[in-house]
Amino acid sequence: MSPSISTIFELFTGLILALIGLSIIAMLLQSRLPEGREYPSLETLNARIKIWWGMLAFLALALLAGRTGVVLLFAFCSFAVLREFLTLTLKNRGDHWVLVGAFFFVLPLQYLSIWMDWYGFYTVFIPVYVFLGASIIAALRGYTAQFLGRVSETQWALMIAVFCVSHVPALLSLDIPGYRGQNLVLIAYLVVIVQVTDVLQYAFSRLFRGHLVAPEISSTRTWEGYGAAALCGAALGAFLFWMTPFSPFAAFALSLATCLVGFFGNLVMTAVKRDRGVKDWGHLIEGHGGFLDKFDGVIFAAPIFFHLVRFFYAT
Amino acid sequence: MNIPAKLHQIAAKIAGTALAGFTRLMTAPRVEWIGTRPSRNQRIYFANHTSNGDFVLLWATLPGDLRARTRPVAARDYWEKSPLRAFVGRDVFRAVLIDRVAETRKQDPFEAMGEALSDGSSLIIFPEGRRNESDAPLLELKSGIYHLAREHPDVELIPVWINNLNKVMPRGEVVPVPLICTVSFGAPMERQAKETKEKFLGRARDALLALAPERPAP
Repeated sequence: MSPSISTIFELFTGLILALIGLSIIAMLLQSRLPEGREYPSLETLNARIKIWWGMLAFLALALLAGRTGVVLLFAFCSFAVLREFLTLTLKNRGDHWVLVGAFFFVLPLQYLSIWMDWYGFYTVFIPVYVFLGASIIAALRGYTAQFLGRVSETQWALMIAVFCVSHVPALLSLDIPGYRGQNLVLIAYLVVIVQVTDVLQYAFSRLFRGHLVAPEISSTRTWEGYGAAALCGAALGAFLFWMTPFSPFAAFALSLATCLVGFFGNLVMTAVKRDRGVKDWGHLIEGHGGFLDKFDGVIFAAPIFFHLVRFFYAT
Repeated sequence: MNIPAKLHQIAAKIAGTALAGFTRLMTAPRVEWIGTRPSRNQRIYFANHTSNGDFVLLWATLPGDLRARTRPVAARDYWEKSPLRAFVGRDVFRAVLIDRVAETRKQDPFEAMGEALSDGSSLIIFPEGRRNESDAPLLELKSGIYHLAREHPDVELIPVWINNLNKVMPRGEVVPVPLICTVSFGAPMERQAKETKEKFLGRARDALLALAPERPAP
């Protein structure tokens, strides 16, 4: 068999061990703390760990079904994210067919082209054809009230929920010499780097109370927290270079870029939530928000990571 | 029971599960039990009405065992129009079908609802009497709920607010847009002896509006 099987086996073993370790640490912390008081940070960590176990389980299931399974898994993620996002966007009766089309035409077609490995289609379909086409359909329906706001918000939803998310499974189609059959590792690499640095950013921002990044959006995120977490994330990325096609230095740079984009993605999505007056996008886990709340960083980082890797490594 | 009837029953069960699953996929409903918990007590769920799918969503968000004993009240002319609708209305939802037009009525609506309550079923009703397509959050309530409440004092009256389903399926559309909906169940209404109809309907209205979100979805 190809070397990919053993790499992926190692990857899963590593992730499972890491999660078991984290779960034990969280349990120990819980038992050490006096009862009767609430610890929001620990609760956040516990919720995260639960989600990570879930992600790992789903990824393992998808893997058993092969490439098709992975594409379907992320198509479902897109569906859930789009459902959360469009719940909060401007719309009126004139948008019904555009919205139906977004779910039942644009989304399936984007993932079909990802599955077919049709790079020339999936990179331009939503930014060009859907961008122009959806506004035409909205105009033909004839409602002018808040027209620009409505078409822009729908397009933004599609870019985030379908275009960006689809670049995670698109990593499978990159043809990297000497790395064939192991691209799944890149997906895990991207998700691990962004998720870990997101938690670190939260911890460091609380530890070093310094200069706030955007006080109106978040009263906890600091430049010091971002910097420290980004450096740790880049170091983690470099440390894991052996499972990637990158050199240690390239892995460092790539991880640094990825986690920074992830931080700012998280900030942007928080700004959108503030604007709409909601705390969370949805309710994937009771009291801990929806898909978008947990994956905003990964969603922003995915296309950047994809194109950097494609530019420097793929043939 | 003969075999075709058994098959019929199985088909209805499968269709019910599929419909509830489809509804959940389209609306990812956030269910809030605010003043009450799911219970096997006999209940009348009364809700605001903005979409054709309202009772399907309310019914789908109930736990499975309660779903089996809860019957929506629906219009006979709509649900008997085709064999498929009749199957869904009569066998899947076990709807209490009522005649909307007084002149051609075979059975009084209250009689039909009363029979269902006497059988031990819970009911889903929409006291506005028709779909609210105005900008107001709620239309005036019809007096039916008052009479039902008076004749069945032991049945719990549960206010339910359904939010956003009119965006999932606006009037006249057949294909739903998947969007998140919220279904909020409030505390059972207190029963007050010798209350006037107006006062009772005012309280029912307040109980519903208290569950509505402060800021409706855009």
